[in-house]
Amino acid sequence: MNVRAANVRAMNGGIRNGGIRFDGVTVAYDATVVLDDFDLTVEPGEVMALLGPSGSGKTTALRAVAGFVRPRTGRVLIGGQDVTALPPHRRGIGMVVQQYALFPHMRVEANVAFGLKARKVPRGEIAGRVAEALEMTGMDGFAERYPRELSGGQQQRVAIARALAVRPGVLLLDEPLSALDARLRAGMLTELARLHRELPGLSMLYVTHDQSEALTLADRIAVMDRARLRDCGTPQSLYRAPGSAFTASFVGSANLLAARWCGEDAVELDGGVRIRVRGSGGGEGEATLCIRPHLIGLGEPPGPSGPPSPDVPDMNVLHGAVTGLQWRGASHRVTVSLPPSGAELTAEVRELSSPPALGEKVSVHFAAADAVVLPPGGTP
Amino acid sequence: MPAPYSLVHGRGARWALRALFLVLFLPLFALPLLVIAAASFATGWSGALPNGATTAHYADLARGDSADALLVSLLTAAAASGLALLTGTWAALAAQALPRRVRRAVNALFVLPVAVPSVVVGLAFLVAFSEPPLLLNGTREIVVIAHTVLVTAFAHQSVTAALARLDPAYEQSAASLGASPARVLWQVKLPLLLPSLTAAAGLCFALSMGELSATMMLYPPDWLPLPVRIHAATDRGALFTGAALAVVLMATTLAVLLAVSRIRSKASYRQPS
Ligand SMILES: Nc1ncnc2c1ncn2[C@@H]1O[C@H](COP(=O)(O)OP(=O)(O)O)[C@@H](O)[C@H]1O
Ligand SMILES: [Mg+2]
Repeated sequence: MNVRAANVRAMNGGIRNGGIRFDGVTVAYDATVVLDDFDLTVEPGEVMALLGPSGSGKTTALRAVAGFVRPRTGRVLIGGQDVTALPPHRRGIGMVVQQYALFPHMRVEANVAFGLKARKVPRGEIAGRVAEALEMTGMDGFAERYPRELSGGQQQRVAIARALAVRPGVLLLDEPLSALDARLRAGMLTELARLHRELPGLSMLYVTHDQSEALTLADRIAVMDRARLRDCGTPQSLYRAPGSAFTASFVGSANLLAARWCGEDAVELDGGVRIRVRGSGGGEGEATLCIRPHLIGLGEPPGPSGPPSPDVPDMNVLHGAVTGLQWRGASHRVTVSLPPSGAELTAEVRELSSPPALGEKVSVHFAAADAVVLPPGGTP
Repeated sequence: MPAPYSLVHGRGARWALRALFLVLFLPLFALPLLVIAAASFATGWSGALPNGATTAHYADLARGDSADALLVSLLTAAAASGLALLTGTWAALAAQALPRRVRRAVNALFVLPVAVPSVVVGLAFLVAFSEPPLLLNGTREIVVIAHTVLVTAFAHQSVTAALARLDPAYEQSAASLGASPARVLWQVKLPLLLPSLTAAAGLCFALSMGELSATMMLYPPDWLPLPVRIHAATDRGALFTGAALAVVLMATTLAVLLAVSRIRSKASYRQPS
């Protein structure tokens, strides 16, 4: 453990110039704009997840930082320095990609030493730095192996060690775990989180389409949709108060219902069902109502003194018929169709001892504070 | 589709395929070579089989200047395949940065000498380099250059195909680690291309070893490659001497290819798919 602490200290001492800034970056291939006027700041030491569906421009944003695409307009700054015109090998970054891209003709040791030699680190220092990086990723003892002699998870660790060995200020990760199976992925996530704790000066830009990776690892999440930045915030704030239906469905799961404002703190579903919502000053016209499944309860709400009562203030109670039931071990997911529009609400509740039958009439309830109104669009 | 499946996988079908192979391909590909080998040891050949066995033809070769001819062929093929590999690789690497239309033009330029009959290429060289300042007629260099021009297309195409298959993630990872373009080329790209490079070199070498038609138009008196000797021997009726020379040519070429393929198997890495 002493070795580890010393390594961590050494590496921290070497990390400088963290932080990334996109300043109005637009990237286009021929006529197709794949990154549109992109503004984002990653603070030194921060883990920023770029989350979005496939093709939304996440990799392109990362490549703009690495220097593999040239922005049509805008600037990219690393550690406060404008690097837009610098070639990739002068940018002082570390990069880890989905397919590992370890050099197959070099042993693990040579792979990790590659960046050190390229950056003209004094010969005498290299062996120590290689050992340090391998130790940090738990790959000491594999130095003599060739990449083909390692499992996928081990190769990805070596790729991370290779990127960290040069002590970059920023680490770019492009779907680094998506080639691994679920169990390995969970383990690697924990390790990445630990690396983040141990290297507080290191900025990470973490591209993923997997919300659980983003929620686990990121200090902030930037949600991307069709070449644009949709929303950016801490996982908690995006979860509790998503700025759009798109973000709501991409960060956590959400019931999204088409609605229309009818007063200061109420909306009306199709067919006239009135719902009290989180006070936000109200609005006009079309809207989207967002309720997280685990915030919806089944049955009548408990009254102030215990027994169920429909009269609890700010509690919405709706009636419908069960159209879907899923057992998930610790929980049940119950889908209820609301008359007259047939809009569906899914509630995630603790495992039920006697779950309702399909078609059975039930009530569902949720607090007004848990009903968030978003701009219209994004409903099924 | 059950029918094609059973055609290839049924037990009877498999034997039928093997028999077909033996009957059709073995005689076409292997038998002529065996006949040459047999002829090189024959005292005469008037019936279905050689009349008697002798090593006299080989003894003749050892006394004559055939060793020189073999050396000439080896040197020519080594020089031509080396130059072709250099030119073809360089052109393939340089073309990556060029627009697609230019790439196609470069490719067409290299393929042209292959598409044209090699006699024509020989004649063209003869005519083109017969006047100063480019007077190359009657030199050894003109043979090497003609061979190079004839085989570069193969090197160029093989390296181009390998480059297209190379995952850009390797060079990009190398660049992100701080490697200059030259370092990326020498330490990452070329080592990863090594299997294709050696395959291309072997192919070019074999083609050059066997080249006759353009060489016939160009060779100077002091630079007689082995195929020219074989042609001369059979032309004057010394069939068995020609056969012995052919066996030497064949064996040498195969030995070199084998050596090259050994380098290749050492250099081939399993790449993550
Ligand atoms: N080299 C390229 N040429 C043309 N279009 C490209 C190229 N690379 C990516 N694209 C397009 O840019 C868009 C964004 O791609 P990308 O950034 O890779 O998305 P993501 O990483 O979010 O899946 C996609 O529509 C993709 O087809
Ligand atoms: Mg991507």
